[in-house]
Formats: sequence, structure tokens, C-alpha cells
Amino acid sequence: MPTYSLDHLDQIEAEAIYILRETAAQFQNPALLFSGGKDSIVMAHLAAKAFWPARIPFPLLHVDTGHNFTETIDYRDSFAEKLGARLVIGSVQASIDSGRVREEKGPFASRNSLQTVTLLDTIESQKFDACLGGGRRDEEKARAKERFFSHRDEFGQWDPKNQRPELWNLFNGRYHPGEHFRVFPLSNFTEMDVWMYIQREGIELPALYFAHEREVFARNGALLAVADCVPMLETEKAVKKTVRFRTIGDITCTGAVESTASNLDEVIAEVAAARQTERGTRADDKRSETAMEDRKREGYF
Amino acid sequence: MDLLRFATAGSVDDGKSTLIGRLLYDSKSIFEDQLIAVEESSRRRGDAVVNLALLTDGLRAEREQGITIDVAYRYFATPRRKFIIADTPGHIQYTRNMVTGASTADLAIILVDARKGIIEQTKRHAFVSNLLRIRHLVLAVNKMDLVDYSEQVFQDIVGSFYEFASRLDNVADITPIPLSALNGDNVVEKSDTMPWFKGSSLLYHLETVYTGGTANHVDARFPVQWIIRPLSQEYHDFRGYAGRIAGGVFKPGDAITVMPSGFSTRIKKIHLPGGKELDEAFPPQSVVMTLEDEIDISRGDMLVKANNPPEASQDVEAMVCWFSHQPMQSRGKYLLRHSTKETKAIVQELRYLVDIETLHKKEGASALGMNDIGRISLRTAAPLFYDSYRRNRLTGSFILIDPGTHETVAAGMIV
Repeated sequence: MPTYSLDHLDQIEAEAIYILRETAAQFQNPALLFSGGKDSIVMAHLAAKAFWPARIPFPLLHVDTGHNFTETIDYRDSFAEKLGARLVIGSVQASIDSGRVREEKGPFASRNSLQTVTLLDTIESQKFDACLGGGRRDEEKARAKERFFSHRDEFGQWDPKNQRPELWNLFNGRYHPGEHFRVFPLSNFTEMDVWMYIQREGIELPALYFAHEREVFARNGALLAVADCVPMLETEKAVKKTVRFRTIGDITCTGAVESTASNLDEVIAEVAAARQTERGTRADDKRSETAMEDRKREGYF
Repeated sequence: MDLLRFATAGSVDDGKSTLIGRLLYDSKSIFEDQLIAVEESSRRRGDAVVNLALLTDGLRAEREQGITIDVAYRYFATPRRKFIIADTPGHIQYTRNMVTGASTADLAIILVDARKGIIEQTKRHAFVSNLLRIRHLVLAVNKMDLVDYSEQVFQDIVGSFYEFASRLDNVADITPIPLSALNGDNVVEKSDTMPWFKGSSLLYHLETVYTGGTANHVDARFPVQWIIRPLSQEYHDFRGYAGRIAGGVFKPGDAITVMPSGFSTRIKKIHLPGGKELDEAFPPQSVVMTLEDEIDISRGDMLVKANNPPEASQDVEAMVCWFSHQPMQSRGKYLLRHSTKETKAIVQELRYLVDIETLHKKEGASALGMNDIGRISLRTAAPLFYDSYRRNRLTGSFILIDPGTHETVAAGMIV
């Protein structure tokens, strides 16, 4: 009697593939939110597998804050080309220039919250009815309550107290005009699962994820990269350190960790021993106790 | 590594959050910054002890009210297994969230306060677990420290639970464990405080219990989800049927029938996502199949083995749990989603309602309200290809959607 059992990575992969295909089937015009971070890279890799031997039947959407690591943009362009995927870019700079949003001022300014407006404007102008995101439930306590198919009202808002129940394999993606969905195929991946999957699949990552020398300074317990768009206070000092990034977002709020892990095996060993969450280096989560829920309600990723 | 999905149900008073907090903390799945954040919040709120519930109750409304409202999913791993916890509320007014969490679980932990014994809530949790066909139950008798670790108290509770559980026809095994989540007795390590207990700790049980999953490996069922037509030079004539195996085992060369058209052909090849060829495919794999003949097949059709078809009917009997504020009406019309198929459905009759406090059937009820569970008969516009829920969770389940609001208003299990 053969035993029909699947390894946990095979199980969560099969689930993510099912969600990606379900998104293509239930929506008219989906897009895959691509930030150049490891989760969205894994999601795009899964999308390429889900529709093999056809191309991914939707575009990649990048919301560009203009405050990027150059490595991210280079990686984004070559990755999209390799997949043969169309790339749509929503520009936060354009939203600022056209007066849709006002830039935060001061040394702690971040374009993180401005992204929401650009994202929602792009969804509206491109008539996207579903945006695939790389969010995981283990990342943050508000995300632990997130659905695979997550409804957004006509203002792009999430209502966590009134979510559609999701049972078995059955997903309800019906919406009224003007509403849309966020879909999270990686919901059941943990940070460790993502790294193990990257290793198993041999997925290439931007060099930022591995140890390198960089000028950084300490702020709020995180190490921020020295860059033109991040003004330093007089009391803050730039130092050269060997660091890597555990998450990659906008340069103004993505903190580095000191690390010598220069390959996947070493990174996985480091993740396994880590005593801080990966979002512990994200300044954007530290603004309040329910910062993530509050941003998500407004329409954030 | 192996994966176990389990559900917990309970309220803060039962020590559910403390128990989960301890499993996460002792398996090093809680990080220092999370713990510091919870300690700070607890202090600000004036809680006497560090309130581990704040780790799981993440929504603003939950933190304000001190209760679990929605299902939260939690993750932890030991060197033996990966775990996904569906952490659900215990109160009767959130039964629908409990049903949601139970729908994908292989095992349920039923929490009992040793001082209170088996109460209505315990029975309700066991009833919902059984209804959703969770085959393995753990009866976790918590707060043993408050009853002097008494063997007699434990045995009495276990005895009365078994008496009640004889009616739970889907449950294969029940494992009672006495513990104290607060002190960590029998949670991760076996405790010296209860030398009379010969069983294993909760974590050891979770790591080693054999569940075999809930998948059906007998009746071959492949609901077609998406058609792959690359139309490229290299794959000019490729026509693949993508989907997730919902039951049985498929092999290249197998004779299959397409429902509803009834056409028969053979499987040419089965590919994993990305293209790797498979000798056989089984649940819950997502695959792409190619067939020997060109047949008209679309999303919502089902490929099955010719000699073992599912039921095909427009009339089904089902147990449903109602989710909506708007009660279910007799003769009410809804959209029904079953596997990858969507069709219209009309409620023919509400046969009876289950009183989830006493578990008695109430006949003659006219409507199902939010959180009610009852048996109904339905007629669908197009035939469904189904198995009973007892035989296959994936081909025996459906949801009802309100065509006006688009809300998911019910979950159904075909009898």
C-alpha cells in the first residue's frame, strides 16, 4: 500500500498554485504586486509555474516610491523580462508631482503611507479587480487574520470585522463595480518556508539579501542605509558595517541587520536562530500598536 | 517535513490563549520583539500578568474587548513537524468562525476548565468538530493546578465526555490530557505533578499522532479549474487542464470520463506546476493534465474514473451553518459554489434545526439565523457532481452566496 503524503513545502506550494489559478479564473483583470522583495519574487515564480507552459496571464505591478535600492530596480526589470511578463509601474513621485499626495517632512519622513494612494489610483486607472500580494499570516498580528481572497470596498478599504468566511477550497471573489480584491497565495508560508522554498527551487535573489558592506546608521533600534532620501539627525553617525536585509521595501523604512551570512545556507541558519521578527527592522510597523491594521484598513498592501 | 493542521476553540477564560502562547513560546516561535511588545501593551492596559492573548488577538476590536472574534492562523514548527493552528473563538455567537477554522483541520483541541468540567460550550465544540469531520480530538483538561492535580477530577471529566462522544460518529480517536497551560504542566514536557497520568505531553502527541490526512484516495475526482493554452511556437497544440486533485489517484493512461458531457478518453500526461511529469497524482496536488482526445471541457467540469463516478443530481440534502445576519428563507435563491463550479440554487425545505446548546433536533423551524446549524434540501439549476461530505470533504462541501450582496452566507456539507 503506497502512502500518499506530501512534504509541507509541496503542500503549501500546491495551495498557492491553486489560489493563483483561482484568481485567473474568477477575475477579469488581475495584477501581481511586485516589490522586488523575496515574497513577491517567490509569488511570481509560483505564478510562472502555475500557468506553465503558457505565460503568466496578468501583468506585474510595481508601486515605485522613487526611494529604491538600485539593486531592486535592476532585478525587477530583468526578472520581468525573463518571465515575459508585462510590467506596470505606479509612481509615487508622479502622485506627489500631480498634487494627489503631500510628501511627509522632516528626518523621519517616509513615502510608505503615500504608496497606498498611488496603489489605489493605479488599480482604478488600470481597472484591476484583483491584486495578488505576497503578504504572509506569520508576518504580523493583523495579517494573521487576513483571508486568501480579501475584499476591498470602493474606497480600497479593508474591514477586518466583516470578512467573508473561507472554508475548504472554496473562495468567493464576487464584487460590485468599483470594489476589488487582494489575494494572498503565500498566506500559509512562514519566513522559514519562504527561504526553504527559495533554496529548493534555486530562485535567484537580489544581492541585498546577502551580507555586504554598507554605510548605515542606527535609528529606533534598526540600522538604516545611508542614502540621499534619508536625512540623518546631527546625533546620528554613519558607520561601515557588514549587513544584510531580511525584508526589502522602500529604502527609508527598511532596516538592515548585522550579518555575515553570504549564501542561502547561512541565511537559513541565521533565520532559524533569529530571536527578532523580520518586520522588527521595519520602521513603518513601529508607528503604533495596530499600525499594520490601520494601514491595511486604508488600502495598504 | 510533515504538516499538521489543527484547530483550537475556546475563550480567554479557558486558557486557550495561554496554551497557544506556551506552545509558540516553548517552540521558540515567538520572537523577542513580539514578547516585548506584548509586555508593554499588558503593562499599559494594567493587566496583572503578561497577557499572552495579545499575541493572537491582533485586531483593535479584539484587543479592546479582550476576546477572540475572528479566526487567526498561527504557525510553529518542531524538528518533527510543521503546525498550522486555526485559532477560533469559543462563544456561541461566533460559531461560524469556529466552523471556518474547523473546515481545514485534521485535529481539534477541545479545551475544558478542570473546575467546570464538561459544559455546553465543550459539547458545542465537539459537535462542530464532528460535523466538519475532524477525525482526531484532544480533550485538553486545563487548570489542573486549581484542582490539586486530582486524578479523580480528571477521570470524571473524561468519563462524562466519552459518554457524550459516543454520538460523534466521525471521530476516530479521543486523547485526553490533563494540563496546566499557565505552569506548563504536560504542555511540552511531561510533568511530575501528575505521576498518575501515563499518556504523553500535548506537544509530543501533536508531533506524533498519525492522522493520515483527511483526503480521499479512493474515488478519483479532478475538478477542472483553468484551461492552459499557450498558443506559442513550442507548445502550439498544447491544451492542458489545470486543477487540484480532489480525490483518488490518477495515472497517465487511465480511462476517464468527463462530467457532465459523458465523453470518455485517456490521460496522456500529468504535469506538476512548472512541467515536471508525474507517474501518479493524488490530493492535494495541483497539476496539469493532457488528454488523448480533443474534447470540449471547461472550468466547472469534472474528470473522473469511468467505473467510479460521483453522484450527479440537481437535488441535494445538506447540513448547513448559516453565516449571515439576514436569515435563510425557505424558497430563497442563492448562488452555490461547489468545487470549481458555480450555479444557482433554491432552498426547497428547512428539514430541522440543531439546537447547539442541547444538540436536539428542532423540527418545524421556518428560518435559519446567523450561527444556526440545520438540515436543508436544495435544488440547483445545473447538476452537481458530488460525493457525500463524509466520503470526501472537497467534493461534498459547498458555500452559498447572496446574489445581491455577494456575501458568503452559508457553508454546506452534503449528506
